Amino acid sequence: MRVVLVDAGGTNIGSVRYALQRLGTDAELTADPARIRSASHVILPGVGAAAPGMRRLREAGLVDVLRGLTQPVLGVCLGMQLLCEGSEEGDTECLGVVPGRVRRMPDSPGLRVPHMGWNTLQASAHHPLTEGLREGDTAYFVHSYAVPVGDYTLVASRHGEAFSAAVGAGNFMGMQFHPERSAAVGALLLRNFLSL
Amino acid sequence: MLSRRIIPCLDVRDGQVVKGVRFRDHVVVGEIVELALRYRDEGADELVFYDITASPEGRRVDRDWVERVAREIDIPFCVAGGIRSVEDAREVLHAGADKISINSPALERPELVSEIAEAFGVQCVVVGVDSLRDDDGEWRVRQYTGDPSRTKALRRRTLDWIADVQALGAGEIVLNCMGTDGVRRGYDIEQLRAAREITRVPLVASGGAGTPAHFADVFRDADVDAALAASVFHSGDIAIPALKRELRAQGIEVRV
Repeated sequence: MRVVLVDAGGTNIGSVRYALQRLGTDAELTADPARIRSASHVILPGVGAAAPGMRRLREAGLVDVLRGLTQPVLGVCLGMQLLCEGSEEGDTECLGVVPGRVRRMPDSPGLRVPHMGWNTLQASAHHPLTEGLREGDTAYFVHSYAVPVGDYTLVASRHGEAFSAAVGAGNFMGMQFHPERSAAVGALLLRNFLSL
Repeated sequence: MLSRRIIPCLDVRDGQVVKGVRFRDHVVVGEIVELALRYRDEGADELVFYDITASPEGRRVDRDWVERVAREIDIPFCVAGGIRSVEDAREVLHAGADKISINSPALERPELVSEIAEAFGVQCVVVGVDSLRDDDGEWRVRQYTGDPSRTKALRRRTLDWIADVQALGAGEIVLNCMGTDGVRRGYDIEQLRAAREITRVPLVASGGAGTPAHFADVFRDADVDAALAASVFHSGDIAIPALKRELRAQGIEVRV
């Protein structure tokens, strides 16, 4: 197993890397297409906004590299949103390997955006990524944009309306929450990804 | 359902966790990573580290302990103190902090809030507001509260400042009510309610927790998203598991 973290400037790269280390896996941080293509598992972390996130991938020449991967790929937070077709945030075209368009979460009185904190996960499909997830398990979210619920939704959560907490389309998977900051539940889901 | 968060606050001075009463007279309470792990184990939802000497002394957060914490803990944490530029923020975020909180430097130069929000997204920009009621009844902002000899009372009204920083891109507000801080008689519900009225982003209550009932009160009566406390946790007077059981028994959604 050789896990790589795609270095596209996301600020949570360090935390994701440490989370993998706690699971006994040393991930390589790289933007080198050859290193990414030859990895057994690819993780695309990301924090920030969609447009600068895609710009960094383009500048690093990684857009087609990522689109062409066939091994398990995991996008985390913004990384998951970048896997989708596009984002309302800055009207950005994304990688398009997971169906769906990212939308701004509606705020209303009593419903704060960013959606920040621990929220309940609801597995909506049987998938090896969510093996062992139990009713009532929670994960830590920090985001203002979300992927609507669709056929690709593996786990749903709710903030006002339901949204995709985790998605999967073939070898491409994503987690909107931060597994690296979601205590035992996050560790379980990361371990599941590494065992794919 | 989104849980209400319980956030132990660790004031950091010279690499150790300290606590004072009404922001003064600090004593050492423990080592940073050790306390961080203890709170993680007890079920803290998030941690905040304030480097209380960084801002008044005009120096940055020491990056080493941020990285040590990031390696060890698996819950989110926020770092505050002496972050004056996008570069400072980048350094702390890259060391592994999930959020950065700015206070005095935002008062010096409010555009800092939008610069950091544009660079890293609003979700990692917390603005800390230190507030005290003046003799005329208005809540106003204080600056450089980490060092009593340098603390400044500003003309700026607390509620105006909260509205301003939200417009600039703050993703969360921590309201430190200095009048109730450290004396354990409960959060400043009146002030927090007034802040809640105008705050669309998450609002964190700080200053005054003494009993589990105070937490229940502030969640129920001021509708804050999170409650922050230090001394009651450091002293062991309130244990987080018992606190959460009590909150849950009162119908308040918490992570257990």
